This record gives sequence, C-alpha cells and structure tokens, in this order.
Amino acid sequence: MRAHALDLGRLLAVARKEALQLRRDPRSLALAFLLPLGLLLFFGYAINWDLKDLPIAVRDEDGTKASRELVDALEGSGFFRVVDRLESRAGIDDVLRHGRVRAVLLVPRGFSRDLAAGRRAPVQLLLDGSDANTAIIMMNYADAIVARWSQQVVLRGRELPGLATAVPRVWYNPTLASRNMIVPGLIAVIMSIIAAMLTALTIAREWERGTMEQLAATPVHRLEVVFGKLLPYVAIGCFDVFTTTVIGITLFAVPFRGSVLLLAAMTLLFLLGALGLGIFISAALKSQVLATQVALVATYLPALLLSGFIFDVGGMPAVLQAISRIVPARYYIAVTRGIFLKGVGIHVLWVQGLSMIIFAAVGIGAATAAFRKRIAA
Amino acid sequence: MSAAVAVRDLTRRFGSFTAVDRVSFEVATGEIFGFLGPNGAGKTTTLKMLTGLLPPTAGTATVAGLDVARDAVALRARIGYMSQRFSLYGDLTVGENLELFAGLYGVQGERLAHRRGWALQMAGLQGQEDRMTADLPLGWKQRLALGCAVLHEPKLLFLDEPTSGVDPMARRAFWDLIYELAAEGTTVLVSTHYMEEAEYCHRLLLMHRGRIIAQGQPAALRALMTEPIYALRTDHAPRAVEALQHTEGVLETALFGRDLHVVLDPEHGDPERVTAALQAAGHPVRAIERVEPSLEDVFVALVRREGGVVSG
Repeated sequence: MRAHALDLGRLLAVARKEALQLRRDPRSLALAFLLPLGLLLFFGYAINWDLKDLPIAVRDEDGTKASRELVDALEGSGFFRVVDRLESRAGIDDVLRHGRVRAVLLVPRGFSRDLAAGRRAPVQLLLDGSDANTAIIMMNYADAIVARWSQQVVLRGRELPGLATAVPRVWYNPTLASRNMIVPGLIAVIMSIIAAMLTALTIAREWERGTMEQLAATPVHRLEVVFGKLLPYVAIGCFDVFTTTVIGITLFAVPFRGSVLLLAAMTLLFLLGALGLGIFISAALKSQVLATQVALVATYLPALLLSGFIFDVGGMPAVLQAISRIVPARYYIAVTRGIFLKGVGIHVLWVQGLSMIIFAAVGIGAATAAFRKRIAA
Repeated sequence: MSAAVAVRDLTRRFGSFTAVDRVSFEVATGEIFGFLGPNGAGKTTTLKMLTGLLPPTAGTATVAGLDVARDAVALRARIGYMSQRFSLYGDLTVGENLELFAGLYGVQGERLAHRRGWALQMAGLQGQEDRMTADLPLGWKQRLALGCAVLHEPKLLFLDEPTSGVDPMARRAFWDLIYELAAEGTTVLVSTHYMEEAEYCHRLLLMHRGRIIAQGQPAALRALMTEPIYALRTDHAPRAVEALQHTEGVLETALFGRDLHVVLDPEHGDPERVTAALQAAGHPVRAIERVEPSLEDVFVALVRREGGVVSG
C-alpha cells in the first residue's frame, strides 16, 4: 500500500465543517454550553455531605439540672438539634419510624444521682441505622460530646494532669467542607458525560444521513476525520473546564492552589480520551439514539460511582477497583482535586497523566479502527 | 490507448449472498458507460468496488491504472463519486459544501476560486452561495453534489443513480451536464434504472441478479431482440392484459402508457390471433402497429430467455 501522509488541509476542512454544523445545532449547543453549567450549579448546591443540625429527640426521665446541661452540650455543638421532647419511652419507636428524627437520647432516672455519687451514669442513644454512614458519624459525634461534657463535670474546671491527646489538624481542606471536594470532582464527572455525549452523535449522524459514504469516497484519511471531528469538541471541552473552574472558585469559593497550565495540559489529555471514546461508540453503533444512550451509561455511571467522586476507590472490592482503572474520570478527578486543593505538580500527577495518555491513544485508536470497519461493510 | 476501467471476474459476496457475480467489462476513456438493471441487480455494489469503497471478494478491477483493492486511497484522489442517496450536508450552505469538498480534495488558492465559480454556474446556483443546502429543490441539490464530486477535475466520474427521484426536466438538465463533462474527456460510469436514461449512454451493461446479461451500444442491444413487438390500443388496457394471458404465441404483455405492448413468439405468434382474442373478450382493438423494441423490452426478453423473471 502506498504511503499516505496525513494532510492538515483535509483535517482542517473536516474540523471547520464540524464546527459549522455544531453552531447550527441548538441541541448540541445546549449540551455543550448549558448542561455543564446546569450540572455544576445543581450538584454544587444539592450535594452536601457536611452533617450539622441533625434532628434528634430527647426523652429526659431524670429531669435534673445535670440532664438538661447534657442536652444543651449536645445542641451547643451545632451537630444536633433537639426537635422533640418525648413524654414517654413509647414515643421513641414512633419518631424514629417516621423519620422525624435521626436519633433519640434517653436519659434514665437517677442519672444525676449516679453522677454525683461518682458511679457510672449511662445514657442511651438510639440511632436510625437505615442510613448507616450518618448513624456512625452521629454515634462518634455524640460519644465525643458526652465524654467531653462528663470530663468537665467530673473535673469541675481543674486541668487534667498528663493525659495523651491527639490534636488533629486537617490539611488541604481545613474546614473539611465537602463542597471543596465535590466541585473539583464534579468538573471531572461533568466533562466525562459531556465529552462522550457530544461526540456520540457525530459519526452516527453521518451514517444516518448518508454523508459518510460521500466522505469516504474522497481522499480523506480516517485519522483526519477522527481528529478533524475531535478538534471543535476539544475547544468546547477546554472552554467548559475553564468556565466551571472559574465558577467553582468564585461562586463556591473552592480554593485553587496549583498550576493553571498543568490543569490545561491534563484537561487536554483527558478530553482526547473521553471524546475518542464517544467517537468510538458513535462509529461502532451507527445510530444516534443508541449511541447517545450507550455513551451516557458508559460514561455517567462509571464517572459517578467508580471514579472516587462519591465512594473511595480504595475501599472497594478488588473487582471494582480493577474496573475503576479503565475509568478515565478516576485519573482526572485525582488531577482536579490535586491541583485545586493540594496544589501538587507534575512530579505527583505524572501517573495520572500517563494513564490518560494511554487512554487517549486507546480511545482514538479504537475510534479510528471502528470507523474503518464500518466503511468496509 | 488503454482502457479507463478494466474489470475481470469481479465478484462480491455478502455471506452466502452473491451481490456481484464474475463481472467482466472494459470502459474506454471519454465514454459514458451505463449500468442498467432493477434494484438489487448489483449496480451499486459494482460501483462501490470500482471506487475503492468496498473490497472485492474475488476478481480484479483496474481504474485509471490503479488496482482498486491495493490502491484504494490513491484512487480516491483521481476519481469523483456521487453516491445513491443525496449526500451533501444539508446543514451547510452551498458555498460551505463546495469549500468542504475543495478542502478534502486539496483544491486551493486560485484554482479553488475558479472551480468554485464553475461549479456554482454549472449547478445554476450563482448568487445563492449562502442558501442552506437542505432548502434547495432536489434537482439543484443533485447538480451541486455533482459539482462537489468533480471540483478536483477527476478523469473518471462514478454516478450511482444520480437522478433518482428527480423530475424529468431536471433529469434532462443533469444529463446535459454529463455530456459536457464527457465532451471534455471525462469518463463517466453511471447506474440507472430509468430505461430512457440508458439510451443516453454510449455503451451499456445490462445487469440482473449480480450478473451481466448483455453489454453493448443501445442500438446493438435493441438488435438482440428478434421477437416482434406490437403496440395495441384498446378501451381498457389493464383488462386486455388479462385477456391475453392464455393466448397462444403471446410471450409477454405489458402496459406502456395507455397502450399495450405485446411480445409475440417469432414462429407461432400472429397479430391476427391477438386481435381476434381481444375482440372475443370484449376489448375491440382500435389500432395495432409493430414497434421497435425499447431497452426495457430487451431487458425483459433477455431475462426471459435465461428462464428468469424480472423482479424489483
């Protein structure tokens, strides 16, 4: 076979055509420019993993100054809010069952007497375990608050001599605001979805309209078609990452500590892979409707569930951890969080960079291969 | 001078279905060469193999001196191709479509300006560069598609049913363009299922179920038909067809406009018997005359000789 060099003129002709078509397609424009903003605002405001003002009920059978002080200590922490004071133990089941409160504090009769006599004075915390994560966190919070309160009561203002204490200091996200973690991750999730959705249409549309055959009859090389089609979407993707980053910093006050240049370079790598995946799906399936659906399932679910965005990958079963290695969003999330929050550079993120280079090569290679197969059929 | 296209035993199978079956022919430079046959005859598959879009299962084809299987990529730069469906971008303007194909064919600079102007004039679309292609009438779209396919002035042009769905006037105008291109030395290979279009070709290939059933000039093909054909006029031609179903010596009856064409057996056929049979069935014959066979008659006769029936 005669050597056939890639020709920039042909590549640009395809890119220009694609950009013109994109500009005239309101559906793609909305997908490209409005959806990322909508998703960022929606998730940015809706997702909040910080726990505070958790509604609890109190059944105080002791009814003394000490028992009231304990309840005040819980409420004063800011984590709990007493919304109900129960008349009898019979009501406990009812409030938990209806979900009006997440927990019930039961202070038994004789609490203050036992405390004063220096005996063990247990209080009971009944938790709604149907949301296990929240229940565990509430248990730990309540445990700590009650322990601190009882220490104060027993010591009555005196200092405790020589006890080892851990003094925690949180780096990178000192206030432990979940939003700081969500927004950079969200940019990665959004871009995964957008990238594959946008390109999923592009080749399938040409098959459905019969233009692909005409294109195939010209001297254009299939790599020129794939790259020509990628180009406008890469530009849109970069624009989207830029705007969502700016909104994250300004509106959601997320810190940005790393290098803009590094983020741009990594974004480019990620987009090439994610867009390549969309083109591959489009070339392989030939139908716009089918390609859109498959692209959504193939990108949205893994980006949401297997990327470390919500669930820590390290805590997953080995099989899911293995699958997560082929989810490009996983690497890009590590990049965005690393650059936004930790300000780390290429000496830390080169692993992610390399992974995304491999993914981009595989994605574009698969797209090009699928494209050739269809022409022959 | 060597042939522009040389095809030998070209075959294409899709699974167990043979779409094109050991087809051989040659096309001379500057010729308008037609492929005639019903849908499914293998015309499109043949053209796709000749343009390098589809690899042949067996056999060889040389186009412009290049082997279609080995040099498909180089081949595409030297030929123009217009696919069966209208296939320009409807959401691009006339000018943008021309520029896209100019870019794909590497036509640029002064040559682009010249060819662009030529294509617009040829398609009758001067001053309408900014019109959205989807809004053009089909006849204009087809001429624009032709313009895009020959922007790079290819020596060979492949047209796959270029005028299907276009009204007769626009079809005629399209053929004038084909003649112009051929006069300038372009070799044109065109498929059609319109019999009257086939008459415009210098030479024809009659295809049926993947095979060539005859090839030659239209006049020569008509001469292949030795059975006499009579055109009859009756008051109700469709019922007359039924009446002649079992008349001895009648090989074929077909409606031809308001008339009836009857093909007779050269030995046992007798126009008198046909007239009598129709009279008896209550369809008196108003006029009867012997006519020259059309290409359609030839096609049907050739298929009948092979013991087949025309389908599609």
